[in-house]
Amino acid sequence: MGEEREVLLLKGNEAIAHAAIRCGCDGYFGYPITPQSEVLETLAALKPWETTGMVVLQAESEVASINMLYGAGGSGKRAMTSSSSPGVALMQEGIGYMAGAEVPGLIVNVQRGGPGLGTIQPSQSDYNQATRGGGNGDYNVIVLAPASVQEMADFVDLAFELAFRYRNPAMILSDGVIGQMMEKVVLPPYKPRRTEEEIAQECPWAANGHGLKNRKPNVITSLELESSVMEVRNLHLQEKYRQIAENEVRYEENGCDDCDYAIVAFGSAARISQKAVDTARKKGYKIGIFRPITLWPFPEKEIARLSEHVKGILVVEINAGQMVFDVRAAVNGRIPVEHFGRLGGIVPDPDEIVQALEERFIHRK
Amino acid sequence: MKEEIIISGFGGQGVLSMGKILAYAALMEGKEVTWMPAYGPEQRGGTANVTVIVSDDKISSPILSKYDTAIVLNQPSLDKFENKVKPGGTLIYDSFGILDKPKRKDIACYHINAMETAADLKMMKCFNMFVLGGLIKIHPIVSVEDVMKALRKSLPERHHHLLPMNEAAILKGMEIIVQE
Repeated sequence: MGEEREVLLLKGNEAIAHAAIRCGCDGYFGYPITPQSEVLETLAALKPWETTGMVVLQAESEVASINMLYGAGGSGKRAMTSSSSPGVALMQEGIGYMAGAEVPGLIVNVQRGGPGLGTIQPSQSDYNQATRGGGNGDYNVIVLAPASVQEMADFVDLAFELAFRYRNPAMILSDGVIGQMMEKVVLPPYKPRRTEEEIAQECPWAANGHGLKNRKPNVITSLELESSVMEVRNLHLQEKYRQIAENEVRYEENGCDDCDYAIVAFGSAARISQKAVDTARKKGYKIGIFRPITLWPFPEKEIARLSEHVKGILVVEINAGQMVFDVRAAVNGRIPVEHFGRLGGIVPDPDEIVQALEERFIHRK
Repeated sequence: MKEEIIISGFGGQGVLSMGKILAYAALMEGKEVTWMPAYGPEQRGGTANVTVIVSDDKISSPILSKYDTAIVLNQPSLDKFENKVKPGGTLIYDSFGILDKPKRKDIACYHINAMETAADLKMMKCFNMFVLGGLIKIHPIVSVEDVMKALRKSLPERHHHLLPMNEAAILKGMEIIVQE
């Protein structure tokens, strides 16, 4: 209390930048790309290096950005990067190295349509890339999917907390809708950047080049040529992922208790689907909505439970059908699971979703 | 109350800023707001549009199928959005450059000669504020005072000498909007 909690009108991308400074981020490394360039632009305008000491650097490429993140995270610093789909594709090698070396860091993906350079319009077609690791090897990235500008602001600190708690890269998987729209937002309170002493305390694994006092050198690497050691390291990673899956699932439900059918959707598609649900309920259909907030770990138990009392699930995604496979795996054949989506940067409108519900479930003979 | 608005025109006409000022003013009145622009090449010469939703309650979708009010500032925008106004809704258009007038009879149509008036008064920079004035005359979603407060907050200080001209444009816009 006492601190100002001013209500601002910000774009999702701007909210990310403000929140980064406020939650004690040490460094941002990024490269401009539509529709996320406002993250870098806002940081440049706010000049946090003059206030909190946070470093803001426009790197020469996305590959450079992610490797700077690897270095900063390896020294225990809270560092982040942001990009949009083609840029995040370029970062996959670095993200995999971070996962292998257990380096925490935050990657923000404000998705646009693909494949390749694709389009600059919104999409959710990087779901598979984000939730399956994205690079080579057996690993997972913690993935948070904001559905509002407020969540863009709130998830920055949450992502850092999770990344450092589990020594793992975390991702905010947003899209051009949430990044570009403006809404009311209350920014998180200021939190000081951690001191070197605090980092040494909280991150005893960090390789910060500050000399040794009664300990062996810390080595940050994903390389291990002795297979028996590498298997142990992989088993350790898998055990860590199991713990994350056990403890960090987040989701939101609305109207699922008494519904005949449910929509499962994340991020912007969940916002659009909420209006479709409101319209459908006015027409007399009992529809609920389930929104995964963590895409990895995926709320599979909760969706399994949902499938015990609904007649069918419509998965709405702005892609050709990616999360639908996770929903089907959770449902395990108990009820029909259908997909509805638009492609190429076209964002579905609420009436199309109502129509899809009617065609695929309500009016189906 | 909930008002779902689309504002559409040529890139450079101030469509996005007009929506932003409206959203800002509504925020100052404690309302929930969402401002969703069509971003990308549209902003630079093609048609630009922005959805503004103002509501007492939490707003669900930033993407809409139908609108309570459409403000269209060129022919392509009229062609695109006339059929997306809800029955009983409102359509506002600037007569400049409109060859095919709106045809629907189940919505309230207004026209505003904002382009010509702004040119006559040598106030082209405030063109969008004439239109905003017209909107808040027929739908008092926000007060003129709050629009002025919003302008003061969102314009960089070096432009604050333009505030009186903007206010004059809003007031003039309120006078020149005409129901069909």
